[in-house]
Amino acid sequence: MAYDKFNILKTTAVPLPIENVDTDQIIPARFLKATERKGFGDNLFRDWRYNPDNSPKEDFVLNNPTFSGKILVGGKNFGSGSSREHAAWAVYDYGFRCVVSSFFADIFKNNCLNIGVLPVQVSAPFLEKIFEAIYADPKAELVVNLPEQTITLTTTGESESFDINHYKKDNMLNGFDDIDYLLNIKENIREFAEDTPL
Amino acid sequence: MKKTLFDKVWDSHVVHKIENGPDVLFIDRHMVHEVTSPVAFLGIKSRGIPVMYPGRTFATADHNTPTINQHLPVKDPLSANQLKALEENSNAHGISYWGLGHEKNGIVHVVGPEYGITQPGATIVCGDSHTSTHGAFGAIAFGIGTSEVEMVLATQCIMQQKAKSMRINVNGKLSKGVTPKDVALYIISKLTTSGATGYFVEYAGDVFRNMTMEGRMTVCNLSIEMGARGGMIAPDEKTFEYIKGREFTPVGADWDKAMEYWNTLKTDEGATFDKEITFDAADIEPMITYGTNPGMGIGISNGIPTAESVEGGVATYKKSLQYMAFNEGDNMIGKPIDFVFLGSCTNGRIEDFRAFASIVKGRKKADNVTAWLVPGSHKVESAIKEEGILDILHEAGFELREPGCSACLAMNDDKVPAGKYAVSTSNRNFEGRQGPGSRTLLASPLVAAAAAVTGKVTDPRELMHEELV
Repeated sequence: MAYDKFNILKTTAVPLPIENVDTDQIIPARFLKATERKGFGDNLFRDWRYNPDNSPKEDFVLNNPTFSGKILVGGKNFGSGSSREHAAWAVYDYGFRCVVSSFFADIFKNNCLNIGVLPVQVSAPFLEKIFEAIYADPKAELVVNLPEQTITLTTTGESESFDINHYKKDNMLNGFDDIDYLLNIKENIREFAEDTPL
Repeated sequence: MKKTLFDKVWDSHVVHKIENGPDVLFIDRHMVHEVTSPVAFLGIKSRGIPVMYPGRTFATADHNTPTINQHLPVKDPLSANQLKALEENSNAHGISYWGLGHEKNGIVHVVGPEYGITQPGATIVCGDSHTSTHGAFGAIAFGIGTSEVEMVLATQCIMQQKAKSMRINVNGKLSKGVTPKDVALYIISKLTTSGATGYFVEYAGDVFRNMTMEGRMTVCNLSIEMGARGGMIAPDEKTFEYIKGREFTPVGADWDKAMEYWNTLKTDEGATFDKEITFDAADIEPMITYGTNPGMGIGISNGIPTAESVEGGVATYKKSLQYMAFNEGDNMIGKPIDFVFLGSCTNGRIEDFRAFASIVKGRKKADNVTAWLVPGSHKVESAIKEEGILDILHEAGFELREPGCSACLAMNDDKVPAGKYAVSTSNRNFEGRQGPGSRTLLASPLVAAAAAVTGKVTDPRELMHEELV
C-alpha cells in the first residue's frame, strides 16, 4: 500500500520509556477484526490509554497534552511479540511517522519499513538523552534526516547516525513498496518456481 | 564452504540478491488465516493482480473462531465477517480453505504438519509469528506482516535480509517432569525476549535429538519469544517417519527424490555460527512465568527474582510485577489460580493432552478452577477420543472444547477476566493477552494439570504417577 514519502522529519516527540513494549500493548488482539485498514490509530495502546469504561487514563502519555509530535520514542526492545502489521498501522494511523528506540523486535521493524514508518535505532545512552531532553522541554524538537541517516536533538545539537539498508532507504524516500519491485522481476520468479516442486 | 542447515535452505531459495539490500526469497508454502490476510487480499484486488500460485497457499480459520457450538453461526459480527472474507477470498482465488466445521480445520501451525504441508527444506511463511513451529521439520519458517502476505499472494516471494545464525545446544538428560515447553521457557529466561533478535536459531544436542516431533514443534514455536526470526532442527528418521504418508507429502519416486535432498539437510561439520550457546539439560526444572513477558520465567520451586538481580530496567520490571500483583521474593508454589488453559499452537497437540491426562487421571478438577481444554485441530480432537483420554478428562470433571486459538489471544469469547490468574500452556503472558486485565502464568501441560486439580501453582513432580516418570 502506498504511503507518504519520508525525507527529513522535524518534530516534537512523545516519550514512552518502557522496555519490551509488545504488539499486544500497541494494539490488543480484539481490535484486529477489521477487514480493511481503517481506524487502527483509535486503538493504539488501547488498554494503556483507556479505562474499561472507555474514559481516558490521564497518566498515560498519549492523553497528556504536554507531549505531542510525529515521533514516538520507546524503551528497549520495542514491538516484541506478534507479527500483526496492525501494530505498525496503528502507529502510522495515529500520526507517527517514526519510532525511536535502542532496540527493535524484528518483525515489527520490518512491518514498519513496509508501511512507511521509519524505525530509528539509537544507542542506549543517546536514547536516555532524548528522554531527558523531552522531559526537560516537551517542545524540544528532533530532526530525523533520512538522506543523511542522522537523528539530532535540536536543543543540544547532539546527533547520532542510524542504519538502514539502501534498498529500504530508497523505498522510504520515494514511497515505493516491495510489490512494485517484485512484480518487475516476475519472470525470474516464474523460472525459479518451475524448478521448485510443490 | 561449510554451510549451516539454515544457509542451505535459505541460499537455495534466493531468486535474486540486491546489493546492500534484502534477498528475494522464494516461498514454497504459505499459510493464511482470517485475521492477517483480508487487507492483503484487498491489496492485490486494488492492484488488479491474481494470486500467482494458489496451489502453494493454504487457508484455515483459527484465530477468532468459537470453541463451542461451532455448528452454529458465529455470533460476533466482526469475527463472522472476517471468516466470511477468508472463505470468499480463498474461493475467489482457488486456494484450499479449511473453514469452521471442515474436518481438517484447526490451528494453522497444527494442521500444517498434520497434513504434510510442512516439509523439510521448505520455506514456509504465514502472517503469524508462531510460524516458527514448522522449523521442527528442518524448514525455514517464520511469521510475516500483512504487506508480506500480499507479496506472497502476488509473487510467491518476500524480500528480507538473511538473518544471522545462532546454534543453541542442550545436552544431557532431562529430569522428571521436564517437558519441551520447560526447555524452551528455560532458554528464553536465559536469553531474554530479545536475546535472539536478528538471528535464526538451530537447536542441536541430545535433548532435541531425543525429543518427539510434537516436542520439537513446541520448542521451535517459542523461538519468536526470544526474538528469533525462527528456529529449526535438522530432520532425521523421526521427522521422515512423521511426515510419511500424509496428504501433501510426496509419494513414490517423488518421495525418493525428496529424501535425497532431505538427507543433505544438516549443518556441515565445521560450519560456524554467529553465536553459539550451550546448556546442560540437568539444570532445567519445570518452569513457570511470573511476569508479563515470556522471558520472565523461573524454575517452579524458585522465588521471584528481585529487580536488582535481573537484566533490564528496574521500573519496567516493577511495573510488570505490579500488573501481576506479585512481590519480589514470592514463591510461585501455592499461589492460587482461577483458570487453566490447555491448548494453542504451542501445546495443543495430542502429546500435550496425554501429559495433561497423566496428572489428572484419578483426580478431580479443583472447584475454584475454570478449565479450557482446547485441541489444536479436529485431528487432535479425534485422537483424544480414540486414545481414551476424553474419558479420563470427563471422569476428572473436565470438558473438551472444539479446536481453535482460543484463550491464547482471546479474540473469541474465551477471555480470562480482569485480575484473574490463568495457568496457560500458550506462548505469551503479555498484559491483557488473554483478555483485558488478565494475568497469565505460562507453563507446560504437566504444570497446567497440576494447577487444575489443586487450584494453585503446584509442582507437577509431586503428582506424577510413578509409572509415567
